[in-house]
Amino acid sequence: MNFELTEEQIMIQQAARDYAQRELIQDVLERDEKCIFPERHVKNLSELGFMGMMVDPEYDGAGMDTVSYVLAMEELSKVDASTSVIVSVNNSLVCYGLQKFGSEEQKQKYLKPLARGDYLGAFLLSEPEAGSDATSQRTTAEEMDDHYLLNGTKNWITNAASAQIYLVVAQTHPEKKHRGINAFIVERDSPGISLGPHEDKMGMRSSDTHSVMFTDVKVPKENRIGEDGFGFKFAMQALEAGRIGIAAQALGLASGALERSVAYAKERKAFGTEIVNHQAIAFKLADMDLKVENARNLCLKAAWLKDNGKSFRKESAYAKLYCADIAMEVTTEAVQIHGGYGYVKEYHVERLMREAKLTQIYEGTSEIQKIVISRKLLED
Amino acid sequence: MSVLVYTENWDGKFKKLSFELVSYASAIAKELGTNVTALSIGNVDDDELTKLGGFGATKILNVADDRFTSLDNKALSKAVANAAQAEGAKVVILAHNNLGKALAPRLAVKLDAGLVSGVTALPSGFDPFIVQKKTFTGKAFANAQIDADVKVLTFSQNSYKLAETDNNATIESFDAGVSDADFSTRVKETNKVTGTVLLTDAEIVVSGGRGMKGSENWGGLEELAELLGAGLACSRPVSDEGWRGHSEHVGQTGKIIAPNLYFAFGISGAIQHLGGVSSSKVIVAINKDPEAPIFESADYGIVGDVFKVLPQFIEGVKEL
Amino acid sequence: MKVLVLISNVPDTTTKIRFTEDNTAFDSSGVQWIINPWDELALTRAVELKEAGAIEKVSVANVGGKITEPTLRKALAIGADDAFRVDAEPLDAFFVAGQLTEVAKDYDIVLAGIEASDYNGSAVGGMLAELLDFNSVSAVSGLNIEGGELVINREIDGGSQVLSCAAPVVLIVQKGIAKEPRIPAMRGIMMARKKPLNVIPAMDGSNKIKFVNYEMPPPKAACKLVDEDNAKELIAMLHEEAKVL
Repeated sequence: MNFELTEEQIMIQQAARDYAQRELIQDVLERDEKCIFPERHVKNLSELGFMGMMVDPEYDGAGMDTVSYVLAMEELSKVDASTSVIVSVNNSLVCYGLQKFGSEEQKQKYLKPLARGDYLGAFLLSEPEAGSDATSQRTTAEEMDDHYLLNGTKNWITNAASAQIYLVVAQTHPEKKHRGINAFIVERDSPGISLGPHEDKMGMRSSDTHSVMFTDVKVPKENRIGEDGFGFKFAMQALEAGRIGIAAQALGLASGALERSVAYAKERKAFGTEIVNHQAIAFKLADMDLKVENARNLCLKAAWLKDNGKSFRKESAYAKLYCADIAMEVTTEAVQIHGGYGYVKEYHVERLMREAKLTQIYEGTSEIQKIVISRKLLED
Repeated sequence: MSVLVYTENWDGKFKKLSFELVSYASAIAKELGTNVTALSIGNVDDDELTKLGGFGATKILNVADDRFTSLDNKALSKAVANAAQAEGAKVVILAHNNLGKALAPRLAVKLDAGLVSGVTALPSGFDPFIVQKKTFTGKAFANAQIDADVKVLTFSQNSYKLAETDNNATIESFDAGVSDADFSTRVKETNKVTGTVLLTDAEIVVSGGRGMKGSENWGGLEELAELLGAGLACSRPVSDEGWRGHSEHVGQTGKIIAPNLYFAFGISGAIQHLGGVSSSKVIVAINKDPEAPIFESADYGIVGDVFKVLPQFIEGVKEL
Repeated sequence: MKVLVLISNVPDTTTKIRFTEDNTAFDSSGVQWIINPWDELALTRAVELKEAGAIEKVSVANVGGKITEPTLRKALAIGADDAFRVDAEPLDAFFVAGQLTEVAKDYDIVLAGIEASDYNGSAVGGMLAELLDFNSVSAVSGLNIEGGELVINREIDGGSQVLSCAAPVVLIVQKGIAKEPRIPAMRGIMMARKKPLNVIPAMDGSNKIKFVNYEMPPPKAACKLVDEDNAKELIAMLHEEAKVL
């Protein structure tokens, strides 16, 4: 067994850390408060290669492994999970799905600009009445002569307003239930697409989230991903990979909160000594540290399995479930350690706590992860 | 044999730094049983040159040559080397500032000497020759042993007390032996900071931080600085906000200073700030937050309102 | 024009400095090594100049053991074209400068950071210039190449200068030479593996100084606090007790 990172992995970790600590930190509070999309950062991160990290260099990606991706996601998320979710959606849902299941023409036309960061992608699965239950798709894709006709509404779409490329999951053959579902590449400026209002969220406020309405939107047949009826499998596989990204994001929220707590507890004095010298605080920090370490190991193991071509369904669910839950716990404790300062925005930890909450909900709630884990456990 | 000091002047006047260097050199010369020769390059009149004698120099080599105003490293280091060789200098001392740091390495190679830069105290031993310097950006000191016959030291200013003597020095004109071909750089433009006390040269520095609340409140600091003949400085947020110019920014990423006395008004003392001022001999902090990290580094402090403290300081200084 | 950037491998600036038990050597266990911050700025400027078409090639060089190679590879990832490692333990600045002469002699511009954040010597660049009989300019805070001419900004004590200087030259650079150290892009990190990292055997050489031992600065005495309403008293203390006024 080898727990050591390679030189390249360390360099990517440092690059992400440097970017986050030097650049993201500068305007993160303002973007959170005013819900400003991090356009400049997405451009910079694209130039550095973070938007298509795991895409083959043949398709203009950086060709890095999933372990590097986890390390980068953790570092970015320590400072700014709103930006890291944009990175995550583009990498592990959109680029991953296209690289794995897209046709050569689709890769040339769409994957390349997505991996370079010239285009931004969004993944449209959730619906007002079909969240984690992806089999009940109400959005329809009616097959016409040379195209499909999309109708319906998608909900909670990250990057909805900023993306140029949508991956949309819709029902073509309702009678076949989930075997009738298809996934499509839809260009954002196709006629018939309209957006709902900007969602005013509790956290992740700098990423843009909307519902998206499709009214007779024509999608060329060559934009269907895979065989007819492959859509559900496509969505499940993409989500499986996506879980690692969100798990790493939750890990970063927790480790970022821990770093801030350690620094604060070493400086802040109470009863004549730094509060870190009070066992109540020191033990809290020890608990947080252990949780973060466990979370990191789960993420890295899932990433390692994926990189080595092994099944990672259960392990990515472990990682997503555990990281999200401890992110909530650790960020809450971080606020507690900071006392009154923790409750004001300037000290960042209240924001990390607000953001951590979403990691228990999106890309499969904690409860869904338990379904995945228990099913896999019981089938073996 | 002698100890040679390279002195620097400012428009024909010596900086306090040069007197400090000569004082330091005199103490070393005394241990070695020899004399101090001071080298002056530039247009300095005899009255001013004589002042060097007052700090222990017995001989002053005067190179009145305008060409050197370009501060050409190659030519200047050659001139200093020629003087060192003419005097048979065993120890050559320069300031640990921009110019000294530029010349010393070239000089050390020319003289086949051992160089220790940034020394802060007299050698702790002369045989072997051991002298202390800062390492790890001030986090530790190292004792460096020089085995070469000739030693070149760059000396961190404000590390040694001025020591006046009633000694008289002889002034000799010196031919630096430098030809036009030795000048390789061409100066296109020189911008000198004028009118105010040079920050890096100041013995006392008055500095303001974010707690000053705005550029309009700098009047009190300026008045105090003027009364004390002090330099004015500020923390990074202040220069980032544009309240004061970047030339006043002290800290890890700004100027690094080491005055005898540093006043920090409304500066919390982030680690980056302390990196630039922690070598100050005495730090005085005024901050309303008793938890401000500056108090960890300060020697004297007042927990309170800078705007209440400043007028009292000004009054106190006037009464001195 | 070809540029060589001298790279020093130093402990991360946040490292807690420790020494071996007898205080005769730096304790490097568990230390994370980085490119000396000033060297990193120099490299960033060199890469910018290359991207702008002002120079043809950027190389990096250091003197050190195999443990310094990750630092050189990071320099390659940032954008250097090739790297040289002189395989020797650096003894002092004079030794290091001597070891670098063979590599540096063919370059038009050599960039060196104003000091390394470990031994703060401020010496290698100037010594190398003297050994090679190159020109040198110190405290350089800006470098542009205009029509083949080197236009250099440098800080002088009490001001700044703009000057030109003929190559070959050693420029000893400081803050301002580049805005911020460049973060390596992933393309660069990938390419770094394929770029040449040449290992050169050490030449004969000797040192002129050695560090006998180290000391930590004495702990600071507690801050003496004066009441806000008696601020004048503090001025008196500075005058009578600290004797700095």
